[in-house]
Amino acid sequence: MSEAAADASADLIAAVKILPEFRGESSWEVPKDRLLELMGALKKEGMTYLVDVTAVDNHGEDPRFEIVYELCDLAARRHLRVKTRTAEGESVPSVSSVWQGADWHEREAWDMVGVKFSGHPDLRRILMWDGYPHHPLRKDFPLEGLPTEMPDIAFTAKAPLEGGPFVTSPAPFSHEREPRAHPAEERSL
Amino acid sequence: MSTATTTMEFGDTLARTAEMAPQLDVGEKLVLNIGPSHPSTHGVLRLVLELDGEVITKADTDVGYLHRGDEKIAENMTWNQFVPYTDRLDYLAPLANNVAYACAVEKLMGYDLPPRAKVTRVICCELARISAHLLGLGAFAMDVGAMTMFLYTFTEREKIYNLIELLTGARFTTSFTRVGGQTRDLPPGFLEGVKEFSEQFVGKLDEFGKMLNRNRIFVDRTKDIGVIPAATALDFGLTGPNLRGSGNDYDVRKYFPYLGYETYDFEVPVGQTGDCYDRFAVRMEEMRQSVKILLQAVAKMPGGPWMVDDPKNVLPPKDKVLTKMEELIHQFLVVTQGPDAPPGEVYFGAENPKGELGFYLNSRGGGVPHRLKIRAPSFCNLGVLNSLLPGHTVSDVPAILGSIDFVMGECDR
Repeated sequence: MSEAAADASADLIAAVKILPEFRGESSWEVPKDRLLELMGALKKEGMTYLVDVTAVDNHGEDPRFEIVYELCDLAARRHLRVKTRTAEGESVPSVSSVWQGADWHEREAWDMVGVKFSGHPDLRRILMWDGYPHHPLRKDFPLEGLPTEMPDIAFTAKAPLEGGPFVTSPAPFSHEREPRAHPAEERSL
Repeated sequence: MSTATTTMEFGDTLARTAEMAPQLDVGEKLVLNIGPSHPSTHGVLRLVLELDGEVITKADTDVGYLHRGDEKIAENMTWNQFVPYTDRLDYLAPLANNVAYACAVEKLMGYDLPPRAKVTRVICCELARISAHLLGLGAFAMDVGAMTMFLYTFTEREKIYNLIELLTGARFTTSFTRVGGQTRDLPPGFLEGVKEFSEQFVGKLDEFGKMLNRNRIFVDRTKDIGVIPAATALDFGLTGPNLRGSGNDYDVRKYFPYLGYETYDFEVPVGQTGDCYDRFAVRMEEMRQSVKILLQAVAKMPGGPWMVDDPKNVLPPKDKVLTKMEELIHQFLVVTQGPDAPPGEVYFGAENPKGELGFYLNSRGGGVPHRLKIRAPSFCNLGVLNSLLPGHTVSDVPAILGSIDFVMGECDR
């Protein structure tokens, strides 16, 4: 390896934050501007199988969204999770140039959570229909749904939910809506 | 009478396109819409194909017609309440989905299942695998013209359904697992039933093989059609028989063993060229291996508990709930507030009939997930269609779709 390349990889390793191991799984966090570089290097190192891409909405935190990549090195039988964070309205570099399978996963993340991926070849909605205005997996999207202006295309009225035995109480944000999510100290029995 | 035979060799789809382009690239392109409701799309898949004559030049796969928002629903209920929703992912193998989901939550909780629960779950997974492959096989054969296959495979599926009904009380929507174990122990006569089924099923598989393996029409329509090279398959994240048909031997049961799969003696069949026929052949052989696993599991079924011993987070036995105060309180808490999961995140992948079904669980502590992502194998497997279909003719589409063997309930979630 040339000196410049060694410097570059040392610099990249310094940018990666290794998170504490949980249940035998290792996770790394990387700033999003170094993501593409890291993913390219990881694939060269043997992480040839991109298992999944997930977007998590940590509503109320800044930056708001977390993108989670599950990678797998089949030869070494090793699993690695890479995470990066992004704020609302900003975009994350697309890894579809590294793994073709990322194409649909990133479209889904855009559709469901509303995270934009720069450099994606075809960033369209995938599960919801074209022209749908909301991103349903955001925490400020209510479980009962929101009306849209395209009543002829799909069922867009609010779903009747209240009064059901296992239905959460209405509140603007879903983390306030979950009466069953009690912290551990309340569970003293 | 003299006959002439012309041999045409098309190594891969790209070569097919190149071979056909000069003869066929004339006239206007036609856009053909297939689905979302079409018999060969096995549910509600929609394909928009751009055709030049009969050859597909561009394909756009449109999914999402069966989207129910399962991941959103999961964020609003406790861990155990989500089990019935997993039945409806791959609805041809609900037991395997139940097991995969329960194992994922148990990984988050840090549980190690008692041996009896593990072996019970292995039986569940393998029965589900045979049942799902039988349907995939029957529907695939029907798509390419062998109508009777479907009837034969359904006779066998019926026997599996009877076993599943004996085990869980339901035929399709089983909801069998709970965090930390199962809803109930094995019923009397179940193991004997599984053994009896497995022993007679090998003979049936031979019959199925005789009907299709060298069936001229079947082979003509599947051999060298829909070739996915191994590197492409992995790049697209294909898993299950679709990846193994291309020659890559990745099987979660072997690479990242769970439920004690490392203690069973079975082999992972792989294909060579990655065409429709190879994917079919891999599924046929996988059923044989599943029978092998089933017989081993029945033989070694241990006794003992079938639920994890963690009274505050695992549902107590029903008879104790009805007679004991403490168990009643635990039951109330587990049902209303859910198992108290620690904060953290885990990914668990299980080898399902369609491929690797994975659950990414993001917990902030308590009984409700903060985020639950389902890594649906059918979703990933369908991603390859846009680059696989161009170069094939329209008549190849049912064969390719049948060989990919997807379920839209899982793809669209």
